[in-house]
Amino acid sequence: MARRSPEINAGTMADIAFLLLIFFLVTASMDVDKGLTRMLPPPIDSTLASPPPIKDRNVFTVLINSQDKLMVKGKLADLETLRNQTKEFLLNPANDTILSERPLFSERITLTEKERKAYEILGDIRVSRGVISLQNDRGTSYNMYLKVQNELTAAVNEIRDELSKQVFGVRFTQLQNQDYIEAIRTAVPMSISEAEPKDVGGDK
Amino acid sequence: MWEGINKMGKFSKKKGNALPSISTASLPDIIFMLLFFFMVTTQIKKSTVYVKFSAPGVTEAQKLEKKALVSSIYIGRPIETAIYGSEPRIQLNDAFASINDIAEFVAAEREARNEADRSLITTSLKVDKDTKMGIVSDVKQKLRAANALRINYSARKTDKLD
Repeated sequence: MARRSPEINAGTMADIAFLLLIFFLVTASMDVDKGLTRMLPPPIDSTLASPPPIKDRNVFTVLINSQDKLMVKGKLADLETLRNQTKEFLLNPANDTILSERPLFSERITLTEKERKAYEILGDIRVSRGVISLQNDRGTSYNMYLKVQNELTAAVNEIRDELSKQVFGVRFTQLQNQDYIEAIRTAVPMSISEAEPKDVGGDK
Repeated sequence: MWEGINKMGKFSKKKGNALPSISTASLPDIIFMLLFFFMVTTQIKKSTVYVKFSAPGVTEAQKLEKKALVSSIYIGRPIETAIYGSEPRIQLNDAFASINDIAEFVAAEREARNEADRSLITTSLKVDKDTKMGIVSDVKQKLRAANALRINYSARKTDKLD
């Protein structure tokens, strides 16, 4: 005679299912897209007047050729030193005449709405007029291109961090107040302009 | 229930006050149903990738906010090189596309979103790290012409550049 087995308690089944459910919920959102966000320049409008030319000293030219070699401000450069070079260009601590101009807010003739707000929040600080101009060849590898973009981003992020620590005492990424974030973004803009690509070295 | 009988039916109104416990046997089924629902819906959006895509590693990678406002463009060598060749190709949605399809793709992606969100759409460029910049530049120029200016170079976050 077969023994009657006691009924299995199904109460814990719900817990197990819940665990699975939560696992899937978490892993589904874990696969987030990461990357470097950029704004492309708007399409060229021929009816608009061309913007005023930028002084030579305010342009930080970075060229990458088809052999993935770097040229910064007319000289051969290295990926390892690019970050510091960029920082030096934007901060210009020695007030070098070949590096970017850094006028105080109060020294400038006109301020935009955002800049006035930044002036109020951050006080009279020096803001670089420097623009990074990045140009690549069609034969440049994407990996190298992104590494250069990364170094430029890192330089700007480090400067933002330093300014944030100096003014608010915390890192830029830890700032909560949207106005503060916006002020620092205005004071240290991520101004990377990309020229039209050139085809010199070929696609190979 | 016994109370009522013991007191000789005096408190028969209280009969049935002690409710039998609700069976929880069907709870797992409900949860399982939810589970399957989530499993199915989270996979629906992912399109099959026909190109080899291995993201380059950078140190400054940041999370993309608002996943619903991201549209992806894959660029890389086809996985099935025997059929599609080994030249880098562009993949939009579920199929290979040519460079001229991008304007239409951007328009369709805009159409699928709320009017208020349209200016916030980010185009995520999922480019394989072994690709040359030529094709990427072409795509960027097309995006520029289509006024899809917010782009994201998809990358892994690493502690050090390799």
